Amino acid sequence: MTSVPWLSAALVLPLATAAVAAAVDRRRTGALYGVGMAGMLAVAAVAGVVFVRFDARSAALQFVERAPWIPSVGIGYHVGVDGISLPLVMLTAVMMPLALLSAWGSITERVKELVVVLLVLESALLGTFVAQDLVLFYVFWEAVLIPMYFLIGLWGGPARVLAAMKFLLYTMAGSALMLVAIIVLYLQSGAQLGARTFDLVALQGLRLDPALEPWLFAAFALALAIKVPVWPLHTWLPDAHTEAPTAGSVILAAVLLKMGTYGFLRFVLPLFSASAVRYAPALMALAVVGVLYGGAVSWAQRDVKRLVAMSSVSHLGLITLGLFALSPEAVQGSLLQMVNHGLSTGGLFLLVGVLYDRTHSRRMDDYGGVASLMPRLAPLALIVVLSSLALPGTNGFVGEFLVLVGTYRVAPRYAVPALGGVILSAAYLLWMYQKVMHGPVAVREPAAVRDLSRREQALFWPLVILIFWIGLYPAPLLRRSEASVRALLALVHERAAAPAAVPAQAPPAPSFPTAPSAVVDRGLPAGPPADAREFRAAPGGEVRP
Amino acid sequence: MTAALDVRLLLPELVVLGTALVVLLASVGGAASRPAVLRWLAVAGAAAGLGAVAAVPPAGGAAFWGSYVRDPLTAALQAVVLVGTLLAVILSGEYVRRTRLDAGEFYALVLVAAAGAMLMAASADLLLLFVGLETLSVPLYVLAALARADARSQEAGLKYFLLGAFATAFFLYGVALAFGATGSTALAALSGAAPSATLRAAVALLTTGLAFKAAVVPFHVWAPDVYEGAPLPVTAYMAVVAKAGAFAAFLRVFVATLGPRVGEWGAVLAAASVLTMVVGNVAALHQTGIKRLLAYSSIAHAGFLLTGVLAASPAGTAAVVFYLLAYTLMTLGAFAVVLMVRRADGEADRIADLAGLASRSPALGAAMAVFMAALTGLPPTGGFAAKFLVFTAALDAGYTGVVVVGVLSSVVSAYYYLRVAYTLFSGAPVPGVALVEDRWVPAALALAAAGTVLLGVFPAPVLSAVGQVAAVFR
Repeated sequence: MTSVPWLSAALVLPLATAAVAAAVDRRRTGALYGVGMAGMLAVAAVAGVVFVRFDARSAALQFVERAPWIPSVGIGYHVGVDGISLPLVMLTAVMMPLALLSAWGSITERVKELVVVLLVLESALLGTFVAQDLVLFYVFWEAVLIPMYFLIGLWGGPARVLAAMKFLLYTMAGSALMLVAIIVLYLQSGAQLGARTFDLVALQGLRLDPALEPWLFAAFALALAIKVPVWPLHTWLPDAHTEAPTAGSVILAAVLLKMGTYGFLRFVLPLFSASAVRYAPALMALAVVGVLYGGAVSWAQRDVKRLVAMSSVSHLGLITLGLFALSPEAVQGSLLQMVNHGLSTGGLFLLVGVLYDRTHSRRMDDYGGVASLMPRLAPLALIVVLSSLALPGTNGFVGEFLVLVGTYRVAPRYAVPALGGVILSAAYLLWMYQKVMHGPVAVREPAAVRDLSRREQALFWPLVILIFWIGLYPAPLLRRSEASVRALLALVHERAAAPAAVPAQAPPAPSFPTAPSAVVDRGLPAGPPADAREFRAAPGGEVRP
Repeated sequence: MTAALDVRLLLPELVVLGTALVVLLASVGGAASRPAVLRWLAVAGAAAGLGAVAAVPPAGGAAFWGSYVRDPLTAALQAVVLVGTLLAVILSGEYVRRTRLDAGEFYALVLVAAAGAMLMAASADLLLLFVGLETLSVPLYVLAALARADARSQEAGLKYFLLGAFATAFFLYGVALAFGATGSTALAALSGAAPSATLRAAVALLTTGLAFKAAVVPFHVWAPDVYEGAPLPVTAYMAVVAKAGAFAAFLRVFVATLGPRVGEWGAVLAAASVLTMVVGNVAALHQTGIKRLLAYSSIAHAGFLLTGVLAASPAGTAAVVFYLLAYTLMTLGAFAVVLMVRRADGEADRIADLAGLASRSPALGAAMAVFMAALTGLPPTGGFAAKFLVFTAALDAGYTGVVVVGVLSSVVSAYYYLRVAYTLFSGAPVPGVALVEDRWVPAALALAAAGTVLLGVFPAPVLSAVGQVAAVFR
């Protein structure tokens, strides 16, 4: 099944394309964009293969590749996808070409650097979602920063230098402590697992000292919460999103923020289950505050781009809420909503970018009556807006509904106020749409506002198709994530319920098949990967009430 | 080990020193007008030294009545010193020719300093360590003042000499006290000596002398001024070779000798490490000159290196050696970018001078981005792997607080390092700033960049090589 290293191909293709782009004459901007687009479409094709060949019935990691990387320190090249990573891999593969396309025709300076930066960024983002070794993950996680820093800093708006630095320092500050926690996990693994390792699957068999676990949980949660961002750690976001070029805002909102929510699912829940369960109410409370605060602040914006940026705080709050509800519906809804937010907010930023290219203004007062000037844009924009406010029939509805229902079942007191956020988002998004699109023409130079070009229409059509597809028939996505989400939650509840205190020298608990012999000694898998998580899914399912 | 004077063990040092003499004689003998010949001699000497390090088996053989030892740690440290020397010599050629520095003196002194650092790495006796320290330091004093017409260079040389001589005196006093406490200057005698006030004073004084050389806070104040005033290639060389020599001595004294007694010195070095990381990184924030910035950067990295020393473990020692190699490559690389740029009226040593250079040479911009990311400690570069290793070793030894300060100060450092990289990509080139026309500076720069990336992406081969130093602890 994994005779072809599909995931490695997806990681290497962008880098190889970047090398090709670096060799192209910098004056041939069309060729540069073309090369970049070809590379990204090839990655999308690879991702498509992975999506189609993904076995939805299995909760195990698939397309697994393993190779020793730095064996003396227990670091391996270990990649794989399960139902939790797959949606995000797909999202990345879809949104990156759109981001590049948004720059095509809009950015004419330093095109070569731009194409290289976007390709490197794609590789790092995909790596973050497929890495199954903590150091490998951290490497990709941090490798995202430099291209993103340059993307904001070189092609951004007037306050780009500060915004880029703020983005960089915020995220680095969080992840620095995560690195310490990763190393501590590694040092802990030696006594219990026989050999020190950074392998995520092996580390899930670790029994942490209950005095230590909350600290490691806190270090991870801080890094991820900054990235999401969870209120009150969101203050880097409005500046970065607003100052970034359209391509940067799209990637930031659509993919980068998901690194945080994905990290919670992938690392925090299985590694620090007890703390995750214990502190879930606190995180849900913060999430609800974020939903309401983000919504209220969005409503108060006079800057279209800032409005969209702040709306992300609100929407990501809802996703975080669903994650920590820890019920299968809510978590699946969150996962779906990660994709949905990528599509709809990515679409909103594309919309703002298209408008900005024409008027060079982000102020809402400078707009009005655009629908009459851009009749082709108006319906597309409406669809994106409705998707973002979760109208039934669009993708957003499915995700938000699952999150709210799933949360209501286990924690109604958080679900009810979160509903307010849904109403708020309808209010500010429709208000924005009305202000920009309808009413008398208030644009300063109506003659400069031409309708969408072919290229610009091509930006929106894939999004519109996906919005309705997921809205009307979400089964292909949900089916693929269900087994993994259930297995994960079973594991979390099992681990959180199990007695935590195990003497440091004790042999690995027999109920965990991730003993060193099972994982560390396993070389490159020849057949279908029989993953540890698969074994756990069965007894775990019974543990759940 | 029957022969007290096994000269074969000293082959690498002899090759390097011999080349230094040949360079000097050749420059007196008429090659002074052809600096390229002298440069290639020096390159050949450093390369031959590397070959000799590889050829002589590091089996723990001792010479000079046990004061000199060639074990895997010696070999690894000497290799780092020689890699730095090799690159630095190639990088210096264009600058030395253009500014008409005395090429013979320059290359000979560079090689002598390298031999000094190599001796420090091989010391099993405090006296040999002292000899190595002086052999390293004196050429650096002279090199700092080599631009005779430049008042800044003269000032740097004098400052470095006066403060350095003072620090060496501390070191020597420490040697004397150690002799008083143990009746021997052998390092082995220190490890077994009964604790006493004299011994503590001796170790404190030795630490002071080494901390000065390594630019560890609070003995760092000379670094920014000397780095700023010395001619650019001298600064580059000093930044790496003095660091390598000093940390070779740290490893010899603290880890290989006093390692089992880490409880007696761990807290002091931990405090010095924290101070150094914080002061170095914070002071670098507002620098406008690239040399001063890299001076504070080198101070900060001394702090990171100390976290590896603190671990007092085989893994920590291997990590420090790995770090020294990564530091050598990324620091020389950063200086190489600056060496690629010149102004009509002197060195292009303001950060603002680098503005917009990536538009003229994208490769230069990309290389600087790599070096700055590496110095920050961002993956996938050697700088990340190095920090990762020293922090892992320090956490393993229980220095959680030190490591937390370390990672957070790395975040602070992102501010000033990435600003430099950003400067190259933004804005328009400054009038009067030009790129130098030379084949070899870019070649060395490319080598340093490739090495920095390889150390981050495929560190395993180097790591298994430096892992050999664990043999010292058996």
